[in-house]
Amino acid sequence: MEQTNSQLKNQDTQSHEWDTRLHHATKATHEDWIGRGISYFCIGIIILVVASMLWFITSKGIATFTQNHVSLWKFLSGTNWAPDQGQIGALPMILGSFAVTFAAAIVATPFALGTAIFMTEISPNRGRKFLQPVIELLVGIPSVVYGFIGLAVIVPFMRHVVGGSGFGIISATFVLFVMVLPTITSMTVDSLRAVPRFYKEASLALGATRWQTVSRVILRSATSGILTAIIFGMARAFGEALAVQMVIGNAAIMPKNLISPASTLTSQLTTGIGDTIDGTLPNNALWSLALILLLMSLFFNALVRFIAKRGQLKHER
Amino acid sequence: MNAKRTDFVATVVIDLIVASVVGILFFLLAYILTAGLPHVSWSFLTGATDAFSGAGGIGVQLFNSFYLLVLTMLISVPISLGAGIYLAEYAKDNWRTSLIRSAIEVLSSLPSVVVGLFGFLLFVVKFKIGFSVISGSIALTFFNLPLLTRNIEESLSAVSRSQREAGLSLGLSKWKTELGIILPVALPGIVTGIVLSAGRVFGEAAALIYTAGQSAPVTNFADWNPMDPASPLNPFRPAETLAVHIWKVNTEGLASNAAALSAAASAVLIIAVLLFNLGARLLGNYLYRRVTASK
Repeated sequence: MEQTNSQLKNQDTQSHEWDTRLHHATKATHEDWIGRGISYFCIGIIILVVASMLWFITSKGIATFTQNHVSLWKFLSGTNWAPDQGQIGALPMILGSFAVTFAAAIVATPFALGTAIFMTEISPNRGRKFLQPVIELLVGIPSVVYGFIGLAVIVPFMRHVVGGSGFGIISATFVLFVMVLPTITSMTVDSLRAVPRFYKEASLALGATRWQTVSRVILRSATSGILTAIIFGMARAFGEALAVQMVIGNAAIMPKNLISPASTLTSQLTTGIGDTIDGTLPNNALWSLALILLLMSLFFNALVRFIAKRGQLKHER
Repeated sequence: MNAKRTDFVATVVIDLIVASVVGILFFLLAYILTAGLPHVSWSFLTGATDAFSGAGGIGVQLFNSFYLLVLTMLISVPISLGAGIYLAEYAKDNWRTSLIRSAIEVLSSLPSVVVGLFGFLLFVVKFKIGFSVISGSIALTFFNLPLLTRNIEESLSAVSRSQREAGLSLGLSKWKTELGIILPVALPGIVTGIVLSAGRVFGEAAALIYTAGQSAPVTNFADWNPMDPASPLNPFRPAETLAVHIWKVNTEGLASNAAALSAAASAVLIIAVLLFNLGARLLGNYLYRRVTASK
């Protein structure tokens, strides 16, 4: 009787041990909880940063309209920027930003396409060994250095060639051209490399020349990738601050031509935000410019997604 | 014949384009180095700046650049490592993950001046920390996080599935597998990404003008107590970096030799960035050889 009792007891402790083993978390599971916790925390920080960034800049940016009661239309279409006197027409800066962005993209795209075609179709070997590092170096040069070279080389050159002060949209365009060139080129190279090999082989087998193959087959099927590359370049140009600010002349007036001083959203922000007092109209107006920058960056982002989706659909069909 | 002639013309045009792109790069490098290097000397690299005109050496700025870089990396590498592991290992393929991914994309596409203004608003205006090393390095962290996270995620995801399965089949947790097996294999890619991003951070100025400030108070390099206001290590002092200095000398500087000064500073900056790029490549290759035991 006693024996069976102790046996029973023994069994009981054993089953209890199995119970803990089966029903409680193991060491590995604990580790996983900790790991999960750490990685969730890190991603949480990033989400918090993005959310608060969007929130703060939006709430600051709309204060011009909600607190100072400036009409949105007047802000967007007004041509007179004198925040001290209550005049906040942002059109000169908006136009300036769009002008330099489009001009830089238009100048840079042919160069980027040519370089990318050379790197993928004409001489892939030299492309990889020689041009790839060239592009990477161009990406790596800091924007203040581009600004300095613009100031030291391009502005005097423009002054010499077309007259005037040399500061203006055209100088900013040249600086931005060099800055967005590597962005557009490297992304175009990626999209050209993604074109299936048999497209090219089929075209060449039909007797097409290399240029016919490139222009009618490869560029066509890589169109959505190339468009994405150009938009990325434009987004970079639109948001570039210091290099543009150094060469554009920073005159908040309507740009009359390409060679007179103008200003962009970013240049106005960098020169102005330190001189204004928090909460006043001049300060709020600058935050509204920042909000436009933010919205444009979201717009470029959405555009890239839209094009990627369209491109995908086309390939699936 | 006609098609062939077009082909020939197109090839020549493309060759010319490529030649001009290469020419632009060589002109840029040659210009900066020839204009700047003659003015670079030991006293320029270590000397103090004249606070009024901006003339003089760049010693403090150079130190500030490196100090900000180190602090930025100390903050941003652990966070992006955790976030990268989350995306590579734990994230499920659902709407929440795609929302997180788009948030990271948005952060990476924001202009750096907007990131800088946000830092200014948060640290200088709201928290009243003032222009300081710490504000600057957190602003740079915001700017650095998305790229680093994406780089780490890509490097981790590129490790073959069988390595993961091997770890899990040994009874290791996902976390241990990731840290002990996957991370070492992915290390070359991650280190390359970190060093490349260091180059970007080193040259960044727009995000720093209103966070780390535009003044470089003279610091006492014999005083290494981080709590002392005069100590170079004090995280609450304003710290103009080399890149910001170049901008400032060019736009508001009153130095009579502003051009030579900024050429020299640009040359130093470019050389530093080139070293980062080269270092990234060499270090990545070295680690890759060590980890994979391949030649």
